[in-house]
Amino acid sequence: MDTVEKKRLSKIALLIRKGVIEGTFNAKSGHPGGSLSIAEVLAYLYFKEMRVDPADPKAENRDRFVLSKGHAAPALYAALAHRGFFPVEDLKTLRKSNSYLQGHPNMNYVPGVDMSTGSLGQGISAAVGIALASKLQGAPYRVYTVLGDGEIQEGQVWEASMFAAAKKLDTLTVFVDNNNLQIDGTVEEVNSPYPIPDKFRSFGFNVIEINGHDFDEIEAAVKDAENCKDKPTAIIMKTVKGKGVSFMENAVNWHGSAPNAEQYALAMAELDAALADLDA
Amino acid sequence: MSEVIKTATRDAYGKALCELGEKNEKLIVLDADLAAATKTGMFKKAFPDRFIDCGIAESNMIGIAAGLATAGYTVFASSFAMFAAGRAFEQIRNTLGYPHINVKIGATHAGISVGEDGASHQCCEDIALMRTIPGMTIINPADDVEARLAVLAAAEMNGPVYMRFGRLAVPRVFDENYRFEIGKGVYLNRGTDVTIIATGLLVERAIAAVELLKAEGISAALINMATIKPIDREIVLDAARATGCIVTAEEHNVIGGLGSAVCEVVSENLPVPVLRVGVEDTFGKSGPALELLEIFGLNAANIAEKAKRAVSLKK
Repeated sequence: MDTVEKKRLSKIALLIRKGVIEGTFNAKSGHPGGSLSIAEVLAYLYFKEMRVDPADPKAENRDRFVLSKGHAAPALYAALAHRGFFPVEDLKTLRKSNSYLQGHPNMNYVPGVDMSTGSLGQGISAAVGIALASKLQGAPYRVYTVLGDGEIQEGQVWEASMFAAAKKLDTLTVFVDNNNLQIDGTVEEVNSPYPIPDKFRSFGFNVIEINGHDFDEIEAAVKDAENCKDKPTAIIMKTVKGKGVSFMENAVNWHGSAPNAEQYALAMAELDAALADLDA
Repeated sequence: MSEVIKTATRDAYGKALCELGEKNEKLIVLDADLAAATKTGMFKKAFPDRFIDCGIAESNMIGIAAGLATAGYTVFASSFAMFAAGRAFEQIRNTLGYPHINVKIGATHAGISVGEDGASHQCCEDIALMRTIPGMTIINPADDVEARLAVLAAAEMNGPVYMRFGRLAVPRVFDENYRFEIGKGVYLNRGTDVTIIATGLLVERAIAAVELLKAEGISAALINMATIKPIDREIVLDAARATGCIVTAEEHNVIGGLGSAVCEVVSENLPVPVLRVGVEDTFGKSGPALELLEIFGLNAANIAEKAKRAVSLKK
């Protein structure tokens, strides 16, 4: 990826992060940590890879995205808003009783959301179903889903993975956001899912391990997935929970709490400074 | 007297799927390793390319059904009632119900009449569970004629539907002139003293109960209520008005099923005595289906007994 392109995507990732802070601050609740850790993969998918059209969000042959870790909705909404699916201004209405931006994604309210999610472990099954449809139809679209590393403690993830490999669903790409933290502590402390790559490999996946904040690595992995035939791909992303906001990084308490006014100002200042640095 | 035709509603389900498969190329049938028992195996044989076995993973099957449906397929997903409504309740609630996705759940082996497999497989809670999901349609056909019509109607409507079928061969109640409509109860008999509202295999037993009551000089109306949700409020209130008391009959826990649905309508609009025939908040057990139906009071005698009590409770 050339530097111009990388700069463009880096900027978008920062705008997604600002959207996460804006939304959770205004909502006084939400999940900033695990939203911030997937900003790069969303920026890459929605602004470089996926064939989607904000003017025709239900287009038959669009690529699909399922946010299996539905609590990272603030990041998905920010990506969709900046991609043109709805006004960026609306991100401030996150979780409000008069808003269409629910705490977890609703496919019937939000243009661009391909599946309602929120209950962990269920999104991947729907993504597998969509990938099965693409295969049955011989349709050209691809399906992407992002799982949390805590989420893969859900047994349904492995039901879905077994099925996806057994049916050779090579249009499916599963990202695991391995930020190592869940509500009650580190994923190891709570109920270790490690080694994650070995598990997906033994289930029959093409497995790629990357730094989830590096656009070159994300792009290479997605291309690898596209070229892999007869196997679904799992891209295990090492990430930093709270990435991009210094005081939220690697801090478990930012899984499900919102910044106050002071923290909001600090976070926005950091993200604005990073944006300015990109243009410098 | 002509021979009574006995068919399990699950057989009618399998046949109806094949009939639909001929007409609708976008029809896909999923199962969770029970195709021979749920009778989706008939569809598998006729349309192997549009039958997907998800293996013993019902929760995942519901998600796959949802994904397929969003890509434009009409999807029927099948398992036993226990593992569809029970095991996969939350998947049905969150991944089908909340987004109101166009998936039909064909749940077979509902109720006590599963027989010898016993309590672990005798689901008497499914209607209660499904009834609490906003926007869910629930159909519990009485015989093979109605089961076929219900499957065809469910495929025509948009949105999630829970269809409840039985393992046991049951006598045919309806003839070829029967007209089925989702959300509509049907009078099978008119009467003045009490109305029996029955669903599923209890309908045939309620017909017998009407005769028992007649012999004792009690005039009983009978309504077949195949659709439990949305419940046909008008016919329930008509029954309350016309006879002043009601007995419900279902092969389900008395908590949360048809009886509860009828009570909810009556108590808020036109309070009259409602007595419920069903499984009395207990688990089932192993045994031949017909014997179990007697043991658990799911028979004409118990319906007639409750009807007499209902009449005596009238003011």
